[in-house]
Amino acid sequence: MRRYGRRAPYATEFIIGILLLGTSAVQGEALSGPAPVTQVVAIDKPNDSGGSVLIRWKRSADDGAGMMSVKGYEILRSVEREKGYEHLTVVPAGVEEYVDNTTVDGTSYFYIIGATDGVHRTDSDPVGPVMSSAQWFHQGRLNMLIATVLLSGLVLWFINRAKKGKKLYIRPIAGLQAVDEAVGRATEMGRPVLYVPGIQDMDNIQTIAGIVILGRVAERTAQYGTPLIVPTSRSLVMTAAQETVKEAYLNVGRPDAYNPDLIRYLTDDQFGYAAGVDGMMVREKPAAIFYMGAFYAESLILAETGHSTGAIQIAGTAMPAQLPFFVTACDYTLIGEELFAASAYLSKEPLLLGSLKGQDWGKAIFIAILLLGSILASFGHYFLSDWLTTGSL
Amino acid sequence: MSTTLGVWIAAFLTLCILSFLYKDNPFYKFAEHLFVGTSAGYWAAYYYHNILKPNLYVPLFKEGKLLYIIPLALGIMMLMRLWPRIGWISRWPLAFIVGTYAGYNLITYLQTNALAQVKATLTPFTDVSRVILFVGVLTGLIYFFFSKEHRGIFGKAARVGIWFLMVAFGASFGYTVMARVSLIIGRMMFLLKDWLGVID
Repeated sequence: MRRYGRRAPYATEFIIGILLLGTSAVQGEALSGPAPVTQVVAIDKPNDSGGSVLIRWKRSADDGAGMMSVKGYEILRSVEREKGYEHLTVVPAGVEEYVDNTTVDGTSYFYIIGATDGVHRTDSDPVGPVMSSAQWFHQGRLNMLIATVLLSGLVLWFINRAKKGKKLYIRPIAGLQAVDEAVGRATEMGRPVLYVPGIQDMDNIQTIAGIVILGRVAERTAQYGTPLIVPTSRSLVMTAAQETVKEAYLNVGRPDAYNPDLIRYLTDDQFGYAAGVDGMMVREKPAAIFYMGAFYAESLILAETGHSTGAIQIAGTAMPAQLPFFVTACDYTLIGEELFAASAYLSKEPLLLGSLKGQDWGKAIFIAILLLGSILASFGHYFLSDWLTTGSL
Repeated sequence: MSTTLGVWIAAFLTLCILSFLYKDNPFYKFAEHLFVGTSAGYWAAYYYHNILKPNLYVPLFKEGKLLYIIPLALGIMMLMRLWPRIGWISRWPLAFIVGTYAGYNLITYLQTNALAQVKATLTPFTDVSRVILFVGVLTGLIYFFFSKEHRGIFGKAARVGIWFLMVAFGASFGYTVMARVSLIIGRMMFLLKDWLGVID
């Protein structure tokens, strides 16, 4: 170990150091820095995308014990073992780990950890060379890989079975059974259908589910010759909605009835959009209103206005805070996963039904894990719970 | 009473919007159209300055990062829908966006909505609240089984699950309504304090 004095850049600590020096001299103790750190290790930080080195050490004997003199640890780095060490940072006393996030992949580095009392610094021997690199596989996320493969495998297996003609049962969902009723009612009354796909963009899975359901609703409105109005709050959603509705009209042989002007963009602003849709409700007087997608605080404003117009309302969202409002103000509400199951239910396509069956098996596995894990945890065994801990990226 | 023009305009527009509580009227229509129009313009400018410019224009044209030609091409393809004859090209970037996000969200949702939730529920049965939590999660999951008929014990469990959901919705409803009441209080404070100055 190399021990030598070094001026710290802090004036106050310098004065305190001088005072401590005097005290030590009076007591006849050695005029040197604190004991060095031990067991210094520098390794490439595991499970990362490169650019970082992890340094660990055992704290100085004077950190929280002994002379109680350690104020912190200075981290020094060089690309050569014997010289060229540069100050990186100082970490407080008690810390035994530091991640250097400023490394260049493929470059070898050496590190020194200096225990400092504010005046003197006692350096460790250099450790290294160490080189940072990116890892292809994050070992802490092995559970995610297993879960993804298992669930995807189940879905694919059941899709395959459905394709082979195996009949798959799907339970009735009241809100979806009412879709035909709602569109039929609008047709009888000679009024349009209003479809609100939420206020999120196409990166939201609920919006995607909402657009898929829109396709099925559009097929019905095309068959019945009922106008379908779709106000959107995102330009991409408008584009996707136009394409979906156009395809639905083509599928039922009514391309002439498709009117892209009814699928319009209002504004990205949440309450501006709510104000605009409210205006449509009271002026266009739709007989059926669908709310399918991601909603926030505008949910009750919309559903309450729709209710006041006397329209039959069917909502579906996976936003837990907005579901109560839809349950209160709408005739039917698709709760959470029912929204995602709707496309399979409405189309009855084997592909989607098989997917739904596979997801159900996934839930069954989670129930089994819940049961087993909770029983084990009650007896003090937490390995199943630990296994579910996913490493951060 | 306020002597600031902006406060008067804000108060007028607030009253225009609140007039919808009576019925649809020209004042509400005026405020609604103004709101929709100005906010659409605002967001267009916002997207240009905060998304298009820093994420495409600067890297591609100022910093010369040629990889950004790909998003530029996708964006231009999206605009092709303005010409009906080649509008089909816009489906490609759309398919790219939907496919990418569906795949990306698969992992995110599996981690946050499945594994993390299961882990949080794996607690020892040391008190009644933990048992209730466990029963609620279990029966709630059973309710969301779509490929099995809700009959017999399975149906009863699903029924318990929906009751748990409804109780949770009730609590959430009350909690959120209180938050909304605070919004109307804020608006009333603006009208009575900032505009009319009748309260301190």
